[in-house]
Amino acid sequence: MQLSGAQALIKSLEQEGVDVIFGLPGGAILPVYDPLIDSTIRHILVRHEQGAGHMAEGYALATGRPGVAMVTSGPGATNIVTPIANAHMDSTPLVVITGQVATGSIGTDAFQECDITGITMGITKHNFLVQSAQEIPRAVAAAFHLATTGRPGPVLIDVPKDVTQSMMDWWYPASIEEFDLPGYRPEIVLDDDAIARAVALINDAERPVLYVGGGTLKSRASAELLAFAERTAIPVVTTLMARGAFPDSHGQHLGMPGMHGLYTAVTAIQKSDLLISLGARFDDRVTGRIPSFAANAKVIHVDIDKAEFNKVRHADVAIQSNVAAALRALDAADATPKNLDVWWKTIRSWQEEFPLVYDAPSEDGPLRPQHVIEAIAAQATPGTIVTAGVGQHQMWASQFWKFEEPGTWINSGGAGTMGFGVPSAIGAKVGRPDRTVWCIDGDGCFQMTAQELVTARAEGIPIKVAILNNAYLGMVRQWQEMFYEERYSEVYLNADLPDYVKWAESMGCVGLRARTLQEMHEVIARANEINDVPVVIDFRTDASEKVFPMVASGASNDDIMVHPLQRGDSK
Amino acid sequence: MSPEPFLGTLSRTPVRHHILSVLVENKAGVLARIAGLFARRGFNIYSLAVAPAERNARFSRVTIVVDAESAPLEQIVGQLDKLVNVVAITDLAPRDALERELLIATVAVNDDNRTALLDTIAGAGASIVDVDAVSVTVMLAGTPFACDELESSLEVYPDVELHRTGRVALPRLGRAANA
Repeated sequence: MQLSGAQALIKSLEQEGVDVIFGLPGGAILPVYDPLIDSTIRHILVRHEQGAGHMAEGYALATGRPGVAMVTSGPGATNIVTPIANAHMDSTPLVVITGQVATGSIGTDAFQECDITGITMGITKHNFLVQSAQEIPRAVAAAFHLATTGRPGPVLIDVPKDVTQSMMDWWYPASIEEFDLPGYRPEIVLDDDAIARAVALINDAERPVLYVGGGTLKSRASAELLAFAERTAIPVVTTLMARGAFPDSHGQHLGMPGMHGLYTAVTAIQKSDLLISLGARFDDRVTGRIPSFAANAKVIHVDIDKAEFNKVRHADVAIQSNVAAALRALDAADATPKNLDVWWKTIRSWQEEFPLVYDAPSEDGPLRPQHVIEAIAAQATPGTIVTAGVGQHQMWASQFWKFEEPGTWINSGGAGTMGFGVPSAIGAKVGRPDRTVWCIDGDGCFQMTAQELVTARAEGIPIKVAILNNAYLGMVRQWQEMFYEERYSEVYLNADLPDYVKWAESMGCVGLRARTLQEMHEVIARANEINDVPVVIDFRTDASEKVFPMVASGASNDDIMVHPLQRGDSK
Repeated sequence: MSPEPFLGTLSRTPVRHHILSVLVENKAGVLARIAGLFARRGFNIYSLAVAPAERNARFSRVTIVVDAESAPLEQIVGQLDKLVNVVAITDLAPRDALERELLIATVAVNDDNRTALLDTIAGAGASIVDVDAVSVTVMLAGTPFACDELESSLEVYPDVELHRTGRVALPRLGRAANA
């Protein structure tokens, strides 16, 4: 069967089971948009290519399937660089297809030419510049294989216009051998010796902690984690990337560790004698000052990527494995720590003394952002998916929303990409139309990618957006207040400019606003009644509110600052 | 043949260096991927030599001398191994490696220095590969140490153009490399 390269590309995506592409056409990718009309694949036309990338990420994180985005060459391709970098940092499986100028024009500074494979070399797991139409099926099959196996990540396929316009004899790789990836061997044999040494460390431990990272979600190991944790009674912390991997309602869950982690989660790690790291990478936002991080703990480091071992922290035992397989092996070997009653007693005393708190809200406002999140959560249907941008609102959402299952918390961790919230919520809702999707956003983040609400309305994707509008780039403001002597430099945004309600309405969404407690409850109830169009709520929140607990940048986790309400010196 | 002496710690070589013999797919951009990885991770390359491997156009051999003080070797190898186009990495400690390098140099000669230069060339075991009325081109294929020695001997001549290839290496017989 003779097909054009463009037809072969679409057919290859169909072969991979792709049901949706987020994209925006342009000159170099034009040939591929023609056969798309005849395809079963849904295309979601974004308003900016960054939106396509973040939507694909939200889709991937909500479904566990790779997200697919397609854009044109030059600025289309550079506009999707940020989502690619974001997916690379958070190990999110993504396949990004970019148009390229014709092969004969490459290197001539042709119109809308840019070296996107060069630009994305350091922020993709791998990328391809396809040289002939005949090679398209192999590139697509290899891209999906690379994106979804081993440590997942983004893969980019750059396709020159003449390649999609020329003819090929249809074929599709039948097996991995035909992918032509001689240097890629993601299958791992579990090291029995490492498991035995890990078991010995666990059996000796008196103050162990399960330090659960995003790799636990990526390897779908939540069931194994629950079984292992309950059998061993070891306390669990879940990092920002692992929220939802272990139920927040579970008695063994101490919450999120790190710079804005819960006091008990941070302190339990600090005082632990054994840290069992499951798909976590000792990020600086978790460790604080490295020499004083869990200084008396031995480390069992489980990761699928061996380059993570000893990168930041020495691993006493390194187990190269996906988290699920490693936990099954540890369970089979009956790893059981000593009696943890004393350890739990200590932990319970921290929990009692330093729960998450915030100042009581006043009836007339301004609203407390933490209270808004709790109020939305209280009225949310179980299984609601929450996305966030980056900043204070993100930390509060992670702290105050109670996550019970995998794939319900979607945010930008490693890269810290402002504007991630709205498009990732759209992608999540496309992937899981059965779920309610709330985006908890900041006013700064919202302004970066809000135009995708036009996409959401046009495509019938009814997400809900809660803007915690404090009129500031709040996290920067918090740092300037605390560490720059309240010298506020370029952080004021103005709560009334833009008018978020009118903006939402102009994009075909329902726009609501709440300044008082009564209005807050009313608009949340109203938002929950609307299921056909996107809803945007402008919650007017207190600009002076800061995220606590907090470990200052570069400080030791021992020096965690709790909320002023919990300080003996009363501010 | 008697084994040659160990000459691992050299003035021109980083104090702690390792030789990575890296088999890669012979595809466009692979060298850029390796160089880019070293740059963004802050690993230092001391020398780099690339050529098609084993008469097989499908693969190339990249021999990288890395400064093992710029980053832990485990990190360098681990990150390098993640490049999809990297097929195999052999890590050679200097003590276990048979290292060779090629040096060529064109030196201006006159009646005053000709004899001394010929002595230097002979003493270094180098050979003359080209001559004209005013200059000679010499070549030495030898250990990095021998190349260092010849290079410093030639520094006294006024007009020297000298190129070195960077080294290639194989495990010494009877010594295991870490694959």
